Amino acid sequence: MQFSFTSEQEEFRSVLRRFLGEKSPPAMVRRLMETEAGWERESWRELNQLLGLTAVHIPEAYGGQGFGPVELCIVLEEMGHALLCAPYFASAVLGATAIMNAGTEAQKRALLPPIAAGDTVATLAFTEPNGRWDGAGIEATATPAGGKYRLDGVKSFVLDGHTADLIVVLARSPGSTGDEGLSFFTVPGDAPGLARRALKVMDPTRKQARLEFHAVEADLLGEVGGAAAPFAKTLTQAAVCLANEMVGGAERLRQSALDYANLRVQFGRTIASFQSMKHKQADMLVDVELARSAAYYAAAAADDDDAELPALASLAKACASDAYMQTAINTIQIHGGIGFTWDNDTHLWFKRAKSSEVFLGDPAYHRELMMRAWNV
Amino acid sequence: MSEHSEASVRAEVRAWLEANWSVDCGLVAWRNKLIDSGWGVPSWPKGWFGRELPMALEAVVEDEFQRIGAVGVAKTGIRRLAAATLLVHGRPAQKEKFLRRSLTGEDTWCQLFSEPGSGSDLAGATTRAEFKGNRWVINGQKVWTTSAHHADWGLLLARTDVNVPKHQGLSYFVLDIHQPGVEVRPLRQMNGHASFNQVFFTDAEVPPEYLVSEVGRGWAVATTTLMHERRGADGIRTWGMASGGVGRIYDEERAEIVTVMEPYKWYPQRAGRVDLILERAKATGRASDPVVRQEIAKLLTLAKAAEWTARRARAAQMQGKPQGPEGSLGKLASSHVARAAARVHTLISGADAMLTGEDGAMDGLIAEILVSVPAGSIAGGTDEIQRNIISERVLGMPKEPRTDNDRPFRDVPKNLVG
Repeated sequence: MQFSFTSEQEEFRSVLRRFLGEKSPPAMVRRLMETEAGWERESWRELNQLLGLTAVHIPEAYGGQGFGPVELCIVLEEMGHALLCAPYFASAVLGATAIMNAGTEAQKRALLPPIAAGDTVATLAFTEPNGRWDGAGIEATATPAGGKYRLDGVKSFVLDGHTADLIVVLARSPGSTGDEGLSFFTVPGDAPGLARRALKVMDPTRKQARLEFHAVEADLLGEVGGAAAPFAKTLTQAAVCLANEMVGGAERLRQSALDYANLRVQFGRTIASFQSMKHKQADMLVDVELARSAAYYAAAAADDDDAELPALASLAKACASDAYMQTAINTIQIHGGIGFTWDNDTHLWFKRAKSSEVFLGDPAYHRELMMRAWNV
Repeated sequence: MSEHSEASVRAEVRAWLEANWSVDCGLVAWRNKLIDSGWGVPSWPKGWFGRELPMALEAVVEDEFQRIGAVGVAKTGIRRLAAATLLVHGRPAQKEKFLRRSLTGEDTWCQLFSEPGSGSDLAGATTRAEFKGNRWVINGQKVWTTSAHHADWGLLLARTDVNVPKHQGLSYFVLDIHQPGVEVRPLRQMNGHASFNQVFFTDAEVPPEYLVSEVGRGWAVATTTLMHERRGADGIRTWGMASGGVGRIYDEERAEIVTVMEPYKWYPQRAGRVDLILERAKATGRASDPVVRQEIAKLLTLAKAAEWTARRARAAQMQGKPQGPEGSLGKLASSHVARAAARVHTLISGADAMLTGEDGAMDGLIAEILVSVPAGSIAGGTDEIQRNIISERVLGMPKEPRTDNDRPFRDVPKNLVG
């Protein structure tokens, strides 16, 4: 198991840190988060043309760069650090991963290259208004119709669902229950019968949409009735990615709280000189570094195709969710009154911490998944 | 580096061991031979029993010892710290007298640093050393002294001058434990064990040649000892692992290790015994309670993350990278793990958590965990001191304001508690 990065990986990270620092300063985050789309095609293209980030983990045969989960997680950590407003998690992580896990060879050859190039933005529509994160919670139906399928139902909490060009949808055959009868489908974003509405999200840096399917014509992706396993695998991989993204955000907040404490003077001394502040900062460092270790371990396990990956992914997701949220709470506290204002940037990361804590399942849910994966 | 290639060192030590190693040799006789050969402490200077090998090649030598099953020099207990400290700060005559007998295991040592009045603030020691006539006279009290009851020699930190600032008034001595002015009393802990001692000095004597370094330089010497103590803290149980070999020399080594390791027998319980959690949860049926499951999962997450953090630190160290923050968090993280484990063991045991001994869960083992865990966040640097160290040295935050460094020690406020 890998416990450190190669020098190439370290170099990749520092390039990203610099690049995203320039392209996604807080002023840019604030501008994009006020738009309904939440991202812009022009800067998205630049991101992919200059660094090929959407291609990182996609095999070369499908137009990608052929790196593994460790490199993908470095990208996510840095995007979390910069709070980049882009459909990367929706398209590269959820959409592309689902297609890689479920698609036939021909589908992968057709669908993945434009995603890898960044020309097509994909997303994965699975959760419904019932808020469940597992396959058994799916109620949307797919009915065979003249060689294709007809989708009916409602998807919610779909990342960038209102702007995506290609939507991978999880639906079930009518009358099926549980993990049985689940299939993936692909639908163009502008398909007739598909009504898309941007949701009012607490975290405006990551947009979500509600998608209503009224007899929408869809193509089957992969095997009919065989989506349960690739879907579970996709969620596991996405949880590892999200954990790493959260670590990047938590680290950014921790550092901002330290910087502020070193500048803020009260009672004739910097507040960083008070032992209560020093101990809080030490505890924050422990929280972030432990979460980082869990996230990195899970990424390395994904790279090794470790049989324990489902447990490790849930462990990392729960650990990073708690650490990010706690760090966000502490960062506001250390800033004092200014930390509760809209002008201060802390709330941008605080809200990402909150949406990430819940997205893909909250820490309690993942702890239970971890216990089950360990046969407890 | 070229003169010490891994292959040449391996070949050389292997040849020497194959020619000399014998299980029928006496332990001391074998170690003397080993010391003379330079393979006992290969990283030490050539003038003092070593070969000046880089640290990285020490592992190669150790590897060859393990391969053939050869016993090494005595590494267990405080004698390791004594040897390391004297090697750096000792005078030639002190090295002559003490180094060899520490490495053979003939001499046993204890560390006379902590006092009832100075725990975290070690430099506040008040045990006095006064030069009277032709010798140093020692009065005062030490505490938390592991193995003092079977030690021959003590590493003593004592105050030689109260009229200078605290760090400058300390000196470092080697003290003979076997003398009338020294009284060793066991100190019983809240978990019932007595792993440590209190050591009382009433006009105990130290000859001038046993002063280590100079008068007033004791803090610098003590820092060397403490550095080696911290470096070894992870490994305390590995050095204590006796080989299962058959033969006279193995029997003698086992007896040595049993004596040295006796005080540490409850240390696994102090760390919380996370390894027992799942087994206990299943055996008691508590694994089906959703609240208990959540708490177990939180504990295991914390324990795994702490373990992986330590492994990240080790990996960076092995690659010669500068130490990142992950290297300084281990002690604090272990305290969190131990406390969380005690809480979850209680949750799992329910009413049985009130019982000890044969009435208690696992014949009292669980109770021993519950009453041993409080030691972990105190011993070897309290959690509070660890947080100061992390915030000041890792995060670069301002140091604590000090009011005790700029004035004679006699004017520094002293303890108000006994």
